[in-house]
Amino acid sequence: MNRLIVLIVAAALLLAACSDPGPSEVTLMTHDSFLVSEEVLAEFTEDTGITVTVVRAGDGGSMVNRAVLTKDNPIADVIYGIDNTFLSRALGEDLFIPYRPDLIDRVPPGLQSGGDLVTPIDFGDVCLNTDIAGLAALDIQAPATLRDLVKPEYSGLLVVQDPSTSTPGLAFLLATIETFGEDGDYTWRDFWADLVANDVRITSGWEEAYNLEFSGGSGAGTRPLVVSYASSPPAEVFFGELDEAPTGVVTEGCFRQIEYAGILAGTENEAGARQLMDYLLSVRFQEDIPLNMFVFPANQDAALPEVFVKHTTLPDEPVTMTPDRIDENRERWIEEWAAIVR
Amino acid sequence: MRWRTAAAIVLPVAFLGYFFVYPLVTILLTGLDPENAGTAFSAVFTDPVLRSVAWFTLWQAIASTVLTFAVGLPGAYVFARYAFPGKALFRALTLVPFVLPTLAVATAMLSLWGASSPLGVDLRGTVWIILIAHVFYNLAIVIRGVGSFWEQIDPRMEQAAQVLGASRIRTFIEITLPLLRPAILSSAALVFLFTFTSFGVVLVLGDLTRTTIEVEIWRQTTAFARLDIAAALAIVQLVGVALILFAYTKFTARRLELPYRPPGETLKRPRTAGERWFVVGTLTMLGVIVITPIAVLIRRSLTTADGLGLDHYADLFSSGALRGLSVPEAIGNTLWFAVVAVVIAAVVGGLAAASIAYERGWVGRVFDTTLMLPLGASAVMIGFGFLVALDEPFDLRTALLLIPIAHSLVAIPFVVRSIVPAMRSVQHRLREAAATLGASPTRAWREVDLPIIGRAIAVGAAFAFAVSVGEFGATAFIVRPESTTMPVAIFRLLGRPGTFGEAMALSVLLMGLTAVAAFAIERVRGAASGDF
Repeated sequence: MNRLIVLIVAAALLLAACSDPGPSEVTLMTHDSFLVSEEVLAEFTEDTGITVTVVRAGDGGSMVNRAVLTKDNPIADVIYGIDNTFLSRALGEDLFIPYRPDLIDRVPPGLQSGGDLVTPIDFGDVCLNTDIAGLAALDIQAPATLRDLVKPEYSGLLVVQDPSTSTPGLAFLLATIETFGEDGDYTWRDFWADLVANDVRITSGWEEAYNLEFSGGSGAGTRPLVVSYASSPPAEVFFGELDEAPTGVVTEGCFRQIEYAGILAGTENEAGARQLMDYLLSVRFQEDIPLNMFVFPANQDAALPEVFVKHTTLPDEPVTMTPDRIDENRERWIEEWAAIVR
Repeated sequence: MRWRTAAAIVLPVAFLGYFFVYPLVTILLTGLDPENAGTAFSAVFTDPVLRSVAWFTLWQAIASTVLTFAVGLPGAYVFARYAFPGKALFRALTLVPFVLPTLAVATAMLSLWGASSPLGVDLRGTVWIILIAHVFYNLAIVIRGVGSFWEQIDPRMEQAAQVLGASRIRTFIEITLPLLRPAILSSAALVFLFTFTSFGVVLVLGDLTRTTIEVEIWRQTTAFARLDIAAALAIVQLVGVALILFAYTKFTARRLELPYRPPGETLKRPRTAGERWFVVGTLTMLGVIVITPIAVLIRRSLTTADGLGLDHYADLFSSGALRGLSVPEAIGNTLWFAVVAVVIAAVVGGLAAASIAYERGWVGRVFDTTLMLPLGASAVMIGFGFLVALDEPFDLRTALLLIPIAHSLVAIPFVVRSIVPAMRSVQHRLREAAATLGASPTRAWREVDLPIIGRAIAVGAAFAFAVSVGEFGATAFIVRPESTTMPVAIFRLLGRPGTFGEAMALSVLLMGLTAVAAFAIERVRGAASGDF
C-alpha cells in the first residue's frame, strides 16, 4: 500500500512538473468572470502556434493581490481584467513591462491610462437598473438622477452592494463621491445618510442583490431598483430569450469601469505575450467579448451584437475617476461609508 | 507496534507539512515582518470594529454548535436505533445541504425567512438567519458522526439501567451520554471549526456588524490590500482555534472501550405510541429543516416565465444557451476531483487516524489536534500561501492537482474524526480472543477492527466526497486553471443577469448527485459491515 502511495505522489509531481509552460505556450491570468468562445482562442493558436492557458485568480482585487504575491516568479505571462479601481495598486507594484499594441490607436483616448504599461481591453458602466413592470405596478416613475433616490417615494425600493466586498458596489460609491463631492452643502456622506434613512438595502455582492433582492428580470426579490450594469438589460433579453428588456437603465450617475491587460514582468515568453496582447485588441477577440462577459469592447472597430445594439442604453457622460485618486482614498472612503451605514 | 505507528505517521505529516503548514507559515511571514507586526497586532486588538468581529465570530460559532446539536442529537438517535421505511433515502438527503453553494443556501433561506416569508417571519439582518443556515449545513455532521457511533452501542446497557429503575432521562444522562462522549466531542469540534471560520454564509446573510474573522481577512486583503492586518487576524483566528482544540484534546484523552453490537441487532421498529410519536416528530422536524430549503430550490429551478416547466434544465444541456459553459464537462470535472480527493483523504486520513488511535502518548494527542487545524485556519490565507510557497521544486501553483489536494486538506479532518473514535473503542479483548483462536495480528486486525472501522471509513469517505463536490474552504481561493466544476458553474450562472433559473437547476443536479453518491456509499458500508 505504501509503495502505491509513493507511486501516486511521484506520478502526480511528475505530471505537475511537465505542465510547465514551454516557449509556445502563454498563460493568461484573469478574473473569475472571464469567458471567451473556445474557437476564438483556437484561432489564435492556429495563427501563431501559441497555446493559451487560462488561469482564474478570483475577483478583481484578489487577482491583483495574487499577481503582486507572485511577481518575482509569475504564474502567468499576461494578466487581463484589472479595472481602474485596482489599477494603481498594480502599477505601484511594478507588475508590468511596457508594450503598446498597434491597435491601441483604435481605442478612444478616454479609456487609456497607465501609459504603455497596460492596455484597455473592455469597459462597462455600473448604473442603476429598474424593474419596469415593478415600478409601473407601484405607479412610480424611474428616478432620473442619484439625488432622486432619497425622495420618499423611493423609500425601501433600492438595493446596493457593499463597496468593500463588491466591485459594482465600489463603483457606485465612487459615482456618489464624484457626483456629490467631498465638500459643500450636500456631500456624498449626506447622500448616504439619507439613503440609509430611506431604507436602502445593502448586500455583500452583486449576485445576492440582483438575484435575491431585485424584483426585475430574473431576480426573485422585492425591490425594483438595483445597482447593476448598463449591459444587464441585453443580458436579460439574451439569456431569457425575450423580445423586450424587462429592466431599464438610469443613465445618470453611472460609473465607468475599464478593464486593462498587461504583460507581467518576469515572463519567459515576452514575444508570445506580445502576440496575445495584440490578439486581445483584435476585432476577432473584441467582437467576442460582449456576449460572453457583457461588457463593451474597447476597440471602436468591433461591431456590437444585435441584442446589444437594440437593448442597450449607454450613458452619455459616465462618471470616471483617476486610478490614483481611487487608490489614495479607497480605504478611507470605505471606512467612512461603513461608519455611515453601520 | 511502535515502528508501525512511526511508519503510518510519515505520509500524513509530510502531506500536511507541505500542503498546509508550509504555505500558511510562508504567507504569514510574508504578511508580517518584524517591523510591521507590532502595528498590525495593535490595530487588531484596539480597533473596536475588529474586536467586535472577533467576539461575534466566537459566540455565533458556539451558538451554532449548540443549536446544531439540539436538533441533530434526537435525529442521530432515531437513525441509530429505529428502522423505518425510507431510512436510507432520508439519511442520504441529510448530506445534501453540505454540498450546496452558499448562494443557493442563501436563496433558500431568504425565500423562507426573507421579505416574502411564507411564515411571515423576516429574519434578514438578524443573527438568526445565519444560525439557521449553519444548522442546515452542519446537521449531517451530528446525525452521521454521532449516529454511526450510537448505532453500535449495545442497547442492553440502557435496558439494564431501566430495569434497575432509572428513568429514561437518567439513563440518557448517566449511561448513553458518557458512552457517546467521544463521538459527540468529535462532531462538536467539527461543527465549531466550520462555523468559527464560516465565510460564504456570513458574507451573504450577515451584514457589516455581523461578520466573521474569515470574512474580515478577505475584506482586508481584497479591498484594502492589507496583508499585514489579514495575517494578524489569521494568527488570532488560529490561536483561538488551537485553544479550543487543546481543550478538546484534554477531554478526549480518556478512552472507553465499548461493548459493540452489530448494528442490525440494535435496530427496532417503533412499537409503542410514545416511540412512534418520537420518531415521527423527530423526522418531521428534520424534514422541515432539511427538506423545505431543498424543496424551495427545486421549485425555483422549475419556475419559468410561463408556469412550471423543465426549461432551465433543458438550457443546461443545450449547447449555446449558456455561452461557453459546458455542464457535462463541469459534472465530469466535479466527479474526477471528488474521486481523487476521496482517495487522498482516505489514505492520508486513514494512516493519520491509525497513528493517533494506537498511539497513547502526547505525540498522538498533539498530532490529533494539528490534523484538525486545516478546518480552522484561514482558507483565504492558505489560498495565498499556495502561491508563495508551492513554486519550488515543482511549480504546483497552477497545477490541476492542487484542486483535489486542497479539497482533501479540508476532508482529512472528517475522515480522521470519523475513524479515530471507532478505532479507539475496539475492545482489546476481541483482538485477544482472535489471537487465542490462532489469528495473526494482521488477520485479527482485518477481521475484528476493520469491520468496525469500515463503517467509520465509509462515513468519512462520504464527507470527503461531499467536501470535494461542494468545494469548501481553501478551494474557493486557489488559482485554478481552466476546469469548471459544478459549484464554479453555479457561481458563474448566478453572476449573470438572466440565468438565475439555470443556476437553481444546476444546484438541484448537484444535490441529486450528492444524494446518489451518499446513497451508494451507504450501500457499500452496509455490505462491508455485513460479515461482522
